[in-house]
Amino acid sequence: MTEISPSGQAKPILDIDNLSVTFTGGSKTVRAVDGVDLKLNRGEVVALLGESGSGKSVTLRSILRLHDEKKTRLTGRIDVGGVDVMKLEGPALYAFRGKTVSMIFQEPMLAMDPVYTVGQQIVEAICKHEPVSKAEARRRAFALFERVRIPSPDRRLDAYPHEMSGGMRQRAMIALALACHPQILLADEPTTALDATVQVQILLLLRELQRELGLSMIFVTHDISVGVEVADRIAVMYAGRIVEAGSVRDVIRTPRHPYTIGLLSTRTAHGGLSGKRLLSIPGSPPDVSNLPPGCTFAPRCAFVQDQCRVTAPPLVALKPSHSVRCHRTDATVGGLAALAAVTQ
Amino acid sequence: MMIATQSRLATSAPDHATPLLEVAGLIKHFPIKSGLFGRPSAVVRAVDDISFTVVEGETLGIVGESGCGKSTTARLLMHLIAADAGTIRLSGKTAGTSELPMKTYRSRVQMVFQDSYASLNPRMTIEDSIAYGPGVHGMAGDEAARRARRLLDRVGLDPKRFAGRYPHELSGGQRQRVNIARALALQPKLLILDEAVSALDKSIEAQVLNLLLDLKDEFGLTYIFISHDLEVVRFMANRVMVMYLGRVAEIGPANALYKASRHPYSTALLGSMLSMDPDHRTERAPLTGDPPNPINPPSGCRFHPRCTFAEPVCSTTVPVLAAAGNDHWAACHMAMLASGHSNAKDTAV
Repeated sequence: MTEISPSGQAKPILDIDNLSVTFTGGSKTVRAVDGVDLKLNRGEVVALLGESGSGKSVTLRSILRLHDEKKTRLTGRIDVGGVDVMKLEGPALYAFRGKTVSMIFQEPMLAMDPVYTVGQQIVEAICKHEPVSKAEARRRAFALFERVRIPSPDRRLDAYPHEMSGGMRQRAMIALALACHPQILLADEPTTALDATVQVQILLLLRELQRELGLSMIFVTHDISVGVEVADRIAVMYAGRIVEAGSVRDVIRTPRHPYTIGLLSTRTAHGGLSGKRLLSIPGSPPDVSNLPPGCTFAPRCAFVQDQCRVTAPPLVALKPSHSVRCHRTDATVGGLAALAAVTQ
Repeated sequence: MMIATQSRLATSAPDHATPLLEVAGLIKHFPIKSGLFGRPSAVVRAVDDISFTVVEGETLGIVGESGCGKSTTARLLMHLIAADAGTIRLSGKTAGTSELPMKTYRSRVQMVFQDSYASLNPRMTIEDSIAYGPGVHGMAGDEAARRARRLLDRVGLDPKRFAGRYPHELSGGQRQRVNIARALALQPKLLILDEAVSALDKSIEAQVLNLLLDLKDEFGLTYIFISHDLEVVRFMANRVMVMYLGRVAEIGPANALYKASRHPYSTALLGSMLSMDPDHRTERAPLTGDPPNPINPPSGCRFHPRCTFAEPVCSTTVPVLAAAGNDHWAACHMAMLASGHSNAKDTAV
């Protein structure tokens, strides 16, 4: 999906080309990600939006090669600043993780080691990647804590993860992820477990850090409003494929894939139409180990035609910055109004 | 003294309609035991004197952040945990007394939980799970099974395909439909939905919300809808109650409260909703820091350490729920007459 990146720009820092991820460990093989193309430019934030099982987190984890190699088959290419991630082995892979590309998770309590203080974990990460003394690493950890605005940073460095509140832990994990000045930050639903008033604080912090440090970011979320708040571009995933991608404005204001339109209609109907029935997407997401032929969204789609059930839709570039994988782009021009019209 | 005032004011709020549920002075404190002899070393004031009413046929939304006591309130209402103090009256009868024994009360008030899997017995087919309640209340087995199948059909699960299945054979959305069917099996008046759609994907959530609206009309139900999702509460609720650290901060009609909240905490909470507009992104977080711990809550107004309008009176005096509009009440010194706060109104609304 080269269209996802505005043309004529410098070489993207991350280039995922035809990535497929197949899990072979269970009784059935499951193709969780099926031919994903995604480019991330320097200093850009892309939100990867999807529901559970859509393959958004699997895609993200593939970039760091976090999947168990014995039970996973990865095909395609992942290129980070000229480095072929698929070919990285041993020390080169360890050096890559955290130093070039780093990641924050939904639940810092599970991502951090409960028996070391947060400070020890940051110092360890710095010392692993760079030839600096522990004292110097500790000074950097202190600066990082100030940067992510943790109050009384010196005392907090000596705290264990369980001694911190949810928002504080998330700030500490951001500090840990930034410890070795990565170029790319991957965020896997970092605000999903947080309360609303804390979520806003963390989103604003991430946006500010991204701008000041010139980070490139992929932000995985199931919440479209979070994507709008942080991202330059949004890529919508469904059943292992990117079905729509474009600038935030394109995707929010002129959505063209029936799935994106459906997601937006369940949301925007709130408030104005309280008490009225929501336009909902019928059925449930398909079992990725047993996908229907043709378009995987066809069984739930209000715009479906015979062709959708037979052939997988090609990628349609509506404009250089907006592309959709759908046979019926002619019918979805009206967006939400078009969906309302066909479901009446 | 202040506590009594808060209770009286809140219960008298919606006096124009029939109250189905009247809650007065509900308190639940959890002692934290530690040390050798397990002596309580501290107390979590999970629910600390709350009073409210639910009008027949309405949906009361309860919102607030973790630790505000919304789920504890739900559990107290179901009598899953015993309250330290307070009364619950259903249709004018006090629950747990001879006029309304707990068993009868529980058949009229039912609950749907967030975790659809944990709330079903994994060793029972879903038909048996739904028929279990009516059986306990004396319904014959075949009749209970018939009712279970009818309800399954009503919540959109074909009984022929689903009745004999076990919970693990269903998706999250399907399991939550089963939980709703089970809650309806005793023909309750009031349904408590505690984060009932929070674990579902957005596309499934919309289906279940639609189902809840249909069932409400069809069976003449009243809902208490608890959620951290302010969008969904706005969509579902007629009235909304905002809780903060075990107390009611504000309660009022959903539209009025969302448009013009009267408690600074409600304003901050609603201000945290994301805009969905890439051209008007949030520039400043309405609050800093995390919600505080309900152990040793702040004195006076519990929100005062985080409140931009805080004045000396806020840390010394507990605010009572004061009229802030039509059927709209806020526990804030700025909404109270002559409270000593410089922004307090000097005339009644």
